[in-house]
Amino acid sequence: MNHWPLLSLVTFLPLVGVGFIMTTRGDAEIVARNAKNIALSTSVIVFLLSLLLWVYFDPSTAAFQFVEKARWVKIGGFEVNYHMGIDGISLFFVLLSTLLTPICVLASWQSIHSQVREYMIAFLVLETLMVGMFCALDFIVFYVFFEGVLIPMFLIIGIWGHSNRVYAAFKFFLYTLLGSVLMLLAIIAVYYQTGSTDIETALHYSFPFALQKWLFLAFLASFAVKVPMWPVHTWLPDAHVEAPTAGSVILAGVLLKMGGYGFVRFSLPMFPLASHYFTPLMFALSAIAVIYTSLVALAQTNMKKLIAYSSIAHMGFVTMGIFAVTSEAVQGAVIQMLSHGLVSGALFLCVGVLYDRMHNYDIARYGGLVERMPAYGFVFMAFTLASVGLPGTSGFVGEFLILLGTFRVSTLECFLAATAMFLGAAYMLYLYRRVVFGTITRDDLRNILDLSAREKAVFVPLLLLVLWMGVYPSSFLGPIRASVDNLVQQVGAAEAGQHASAE
Amino acid sequence: MAALVVFLPLLAAAIAGFFGRVIGDRGSQIVTCGALVLSAIFGILVFHQIMGQSAPQVETLATWISAGGVDVAWSLRLDTLSGVMILVVTIVSSMVHIYSIGYMAHDHSIPRFMSYLSLFTFFMLMLVTANDFVQMFFGWEGVGLASYLLIGFWYDRDTADAAAIKAFVVNRVGDFGFALGIFAVFVLFGSLDFGTVFGKAPAETHEVLNFLGWQVPALTLCCILLFVGAMGKSAQLGLHTWLPDAMEGPTPVSALIHAATMVTAGVYMVCRLSPMFEYAPGALAVVGVIGGTTCMFAATIGMAQNDIKRVIAYSTCSQLGYMFFAAGVSAYGAAMFHLFTHAFFKALLFLGAGSVIHAMSGEQDMRRMGGMWKKIPITYVLMWIGSLSLAGIPPFAGFFSKDSILAAAWASETAVGRYSYCLGTFTAFLTAFYSWRLIIMTFHGHSRADHETQHHIHESPWVMLSPLFVLAAGAIFAGWLADDFFVGADRTEFWKNAILVLPYDDSIAHAVHNSLFIDYLPLAAGLTGILLAYLCYMWRPGIPVAAAKQFRALYLFLLNKWYFDELYDRLFVRSAFSLGDGLWKTGDGMVIDGLGPDGISAATRELAREASKLQTGYVYHYAFAMLIGVVALITWYLVPR
Repeated sequence: MNHWPLLSLVTFLPLVGVGFIMTTRGDAEIVARNAKNIALSTSVIVFLLSLLLWVYFDPSTAAFQFVEKARWVKIGGFEVNYHMGIDGISLFFVLLSTLLTPICVLASWQSIHSQVREYMIAFLVLETLMVGMFCALDFIVFYVFFEGVLIPMFLIIGIWGHSNRVYAAFKFFLYTLLGSVLMLLAIIAVYYQTGSTDIETALHYSFPFALQKWLFLAFLASFAVKVPMWPVHTWLPDAHVEAPTAGSVILAGVLLKMGGYGFVRFSLPMFPLASHYFTPLMFALSAIAVIYTSLVALAQTNMKKLIAYSSIAHMGFVTMGIFAVTSEAVQGAVIQMLSHGLVSGALFLCVGVLYDRMHNYDIARYGGLVERMPAYGFVFMAFTLASVGLPGTSGFVGEFLILLGTFRVSTLECFLAATAMFLGAAYMLYLYRRVVFGTITRDDLRNILDLSAREKAVFVPLLLLVLWMGVYPSSFLGPIRASVDNLVQQVGAAEAGQHASAE
Repeated sequence: MAALVVFLPLLAAAIAGFFGRVIGDRGSQIVTCGALVLSAIFGILVFHQIMGQSAPQVETLATWISAGGVDVAWSLRLDTLSGVMILVVTIVSSMVHIYSIGYMAHDHSIPRFMSYLSLFTFFMLMLVTANDFVQMFFGWEGVGLASYLLIGFWYDRDTADAAAIKAFVVNRVGDFGFALGIFAVFVLFGSLDFGTVFGKAPAETHEVLNFLGWQVPALTLCCILLFVGAMGKSAQLGLHTWLPDAMEGPTPVSALIHAATMVTAGVYMVCRLSPMFEYAPGALAVVGVIGGTTCMFAATIGMAQNDIKRVIAYSTCSQLGYMFFAAGVSAYGAAMFHLFTHAFFKALLFLGAGSVIHAMSGEQDMRRMGGMWKKIPITYVLMWIGSLSLAGIPPFAGFFSKDSILAAAWASETAVGRYSYCLGTFTAFLTAFYSWRLIIMTFHGHSRADHETQHHIHESPWVMLSPLFVLAAGAIFAGWLADDFFVGADRTEFWKNAILVLPYDDSIAHAVHNSLFIDYLPLAAGLTGILLAYLCYMWRPGIPVAAAKQFRALYLFLLNKWYFDELYDRLFVRSAFSLGDGLWKTGDGMVIDGLGPDGISAATRELAREASKLQTGYVYHYAFAMLIGVVALITWYLVPR
């Protein structure tokens, strides 16, 4: 199996689908139908193929697996390799991306009417870029994928979004680009320091402390916007509100994870001393994110905005867990990211179900839906509870491990973040109450239809995964463990080394 | 077999929940009731088996969370403590299931109701059979969820939805403490497994931990944080506000969840963790004071309420206080004993009240009842049995357990013990008073209901009454049957090592030295309370009216439940909403966006507009600008430097 370039296949197969879609001809309706079918079947095949990664993954080692390496560019001494590989940290992000893409295609089945062909192409290209980003082991390759993701997402929001889409698309694009430019500078600095753009080399290189601080901040600028961390989060609610449902799903499900992934992949191992140095800052920003956005979520009147703010709070947990740098907390952070990818994705889908029917995101517009939509009520409740972090759902495992691991490092931080336990319950259940419970007062809601078979097909796999992760997380923690433990040790060793040299 | 006890209710819940429409109302009733009765039968067998074994038995089912130092499994711990809880939960739950067939007969979503009830039972059983803190937390949150779903069962009522959210969120505040307690335990012991932690507890007595900047005794901190969780679930002073509102749920729910089982989870937790609490005397004192205070506080409110279910709800709150202060003086056996008897008589009282409400076509206000005893004599007798047991009149069950608690409290010879004894004895008086106030207002005097309702008053069907007989039997006999085991001569043999009491703390053993006066004072207080209730509500009905007028402030204070709801609403709820709104509009909107993206883009646009003004298109403007430039340039060169 290892002879196959599995990673490249998973990464670039969606582009083959794009090729097929481009060849579709005929009148608009046929083109749209064919484009949808091609996109769906391509993304399902890619997902099944990516499952092989999980099957053949060796959980006992922290080393990169399925490695592919080929010369790409060579100008004088400057050499860029097409270097791909995954470890326990990136494995599930790849799977998350390949899982959410078919779900997004399916979710857009009836809600997108114009330029369906281009829409599907955008999603498949997006899939390639996302998967490539999580697999890249060369900084230039990584940067190309990392930035490339912006383009289809910008188009998805800007073209298929709602009324204020252009403002949101530009805000999203400029915010992220500004951060990334600083990261590019840092990458160049890393190249001059290590003499190579190879990520594996950089991961084992020990940078001088003074340089670490600057590089850390430059990477932070990019990742903090992506996560998003307070106070650079304001693009997210706007982007979500304007994006079409599937755009929100990918945005919340995968794009936000790029920031967290970046911290774990680059910031911690490359700049362990700077990470340690800036931990108080990261803790402060995380705690503010959790409490501030939870309170803001409480005051929302727009369903999508509420869930967008809840995403920021949940990602606050992630950044906190990462910078606690204990084995439990970092594993928890990875699990939390995966869980959040599924749960917030599903919540946006839940909101999308209503938008498809009523074309409105106002909470006050709804109420009493459970009477007409019992299946919807059940699904929405299940994901609400997962978002609240009820034990037995994936949300609990991540939150629990993060808080547990953080308590050892800082009781204050843990204390502050744990307030999300009741703040989160308050805003989510309050949302649920206003939308689903109560009595139907508006006439046009009296005929609203419950979930269709296609919609159920979208929710069922997500629900099963959320429960699986909640009840038997060992399937996921197993492959993650070795890589995270190795990372935590590496950071610990660097800190110990600094102490020794200081004495 | 233990696994069957636990998972049969889950299976039934899934069947009734997902296939309720396929199998219909009757089908889902048969499935859930059948599963629960089976579960109860197996539960009795499991209890019997536990009595035969000498050490706690742990059945591991699967790993759950394993990361870093955390290693948590799904497992079932079987010892006397969990055995007693299995017994209580499965028996009361199966009775409530059967009762619900009659009580909910006219509801239009029966499968959903039965499914929730069974789901609750599953979570409760997971809670009591947990072998580590995390599974306990799983059950703990799970019963909270079931409670939320059942309080909000009638989702079309606004009050029910509000009460459901309140219950969940207030409980979560408690769970916040519970979770922090779990983390502290992990940091202190490096494990979350009960066996390991209990084994290490004696050695960690003098450890200190930095918590929020203070150096505090670690074990005491753990215990107090965990106890905050118990306070939430068991509705103790400060976190009690959700319980009375929870009465918005259907009455069988109130009986099962908010009286007999879920709310006692906090007491169970303290008893389960006795090997930790015993080494943390500071934490025990906190438990005792909170328990004693709640017990009196809730009873005073119960005296002034007019909703039949709310009276019983406050009574539950108060009885839980008894259990806690029993645990606070290390009389865990007595606490569990009261938990055991209370489950029977309080479920009986609630279901009896349900029977009354059923008869009254849904009316819950006692001011509109009265004179019903001839029309529903069986319910009337059952309510008497429940009340006699609650008031602690021998030979009913409540007498034995309450008596043992108060005796142990006095015998512990600590300030907390004395405090609890005094409040507890006074509460015995209050308890008897409000119980007979309830009976007299409901069953005696003239009927105050409207004609239509009066006409409909009828005894409940047998499917509702027969479970009441089972519970009544418990309320009568459970006390003297179980006395020897829980707190009497056979107690060491019975509990084995399920609970730990240090020899010098053994207040139950010390209680034999109490004087007769101390032992019989609570009984005398109870009898006085009954007499006073008769005096005030039967023989001289003018007295309460006059008293309410005379002490108007005090009456309003009690009627409005010490104004806790109003206080919390101002302090937390409204401030959270306005803070959220402010942070959103000012923080995000004006400050961050205003100075950040929108500000920068506005500034750029402004600059461009200003700059573009320079290009007017008039030649003389440009010429003038050039002239100024030339003058400036020449000046620059001419000025000597």
